Amino acid sequence: MAKSRDIEVTKFSTHHVIVQPNPLRKVLRRVPEDDLDDPVARAEKALAGLSGEFKNWMAIEADRLSAAHAAILMNGFSDATREELFRAAHDIKGDAATFGYPSAGAAAESLCRIIEHAPDLERVPSDLIAHHINAVQAIVRERTKLDTAAMAGELSRQLRGIADAFLTHANRDRPEHLEAILAPSIAPAE
Amino acid sequence: MYRIDFNKLRFLICDDNPHMRRILRTLLHSFGAREVYEAEDGATALEMYTHYVPDIVITDWSMPIFDGLELAQMIRQPESKGNPYAPIIMLTGHSEKRRVTVARDAGVTEFLAKPISAKGLYQRIMNVVANPRPFIKTKTYFGPDRRRNPNAAYIGPERRVGGEMEVMQQPSLLEKARAGI
Repeated sequence: MAKSRDIEVTKFSTHHVIVQPNPLRKVLRRVPEDDLDDPVARAEKALAGLSGEFKNWMAIEADRLSAAHAAILMNGFSDATREELFRAAHDIKGDAATFGYPSAGAAAESLCRIIEHAPDLERVPSDLIAHHINAVQAIVRERTKLDTAAMAGELSRQLRGIADAFLTHANRDRPEHLEAILAPSIAPAE
Repeated sequence: MYRIDFNKLRFLICDDNPHMRRILRTLLHSFGAREVYEAEDGATALEMYTHYVPDIVITDWSMPIFDGLELAQMIRQPESKGNPYAPIIMLTGHSEKRRVTVARDAGVTEFLAKPISAKGLYQRIMNVVANPRPFIKTKTYFGPDRRRNPNAAYIGPERRVGGEMEVMQQPSLLEKARAGI
């Protein structure tokens, strides 16, 4: 961190602009354009080295989702059970593509949207949630079959279509949710 | 061309998911980092932030009790004894516009949507190392300048004119959709 005397503050009526010398500048090193070292390729290779663990990790994540769903079937929705179901689905949404299961990630994302935007989770058809859980499990367990990749993608697309139709109707009088449901993702992936 | 000497950087990663922590650790070590500290919740991360004084924080958003957003808000306290300026990279499955805006307003420096890639992570780190933005302090905000676009012809909402802020109204996505724009 820069010492306070190094920090330059320009004051405006509504805000201050604070500039400090770049404390991380010292870690930048100029290299020739033809430098052969490629840290990204090295990291991708290291990630590939981990990939033997991904199937097991994905199964653990899918089982966690099923356990969260089972707790809801047994005890109903509460803040805690809802939160755990969302967190389990959200982790799969984020991790599954890295683990080689993008369709499971898409199904989990659809489930996240239901949990986040349904006006009343008790009134969401129980089959709609169950089908998402079952889809994730099926995609994870059946991945080794050659014909399942396209089927998994189609399954996720169908679920997302049904979930979006439900959410659009359920939120017809809630514009802020409708806007969030219809808005595309804007975060840069790369 | 520039490279980063990762072995001179100290990282703090915060994610409640052990698999994601393992992936992050693997990526950072293979970039060349030696000092990578890990926390599984925001409260532990805040303690470690104060203790280890990391150069860069990489945090998930959704975590139990004390999430990544709160962690960012706690770090961005201009009067705190710790370093309020450290770059914060938010790595999250949330990628909706509203979420990105909320993270930005909490003082997050870079936003990286999952699924994670080595290239995406490297680019975010390079960005915070090579192109740090000035910090802005207002009555309600302290963090990196949220306006990345220095274009004086910018006509979006809340543009600054002559150092002052001008708030403009613009129709929401919903209004645009209804109007058929």
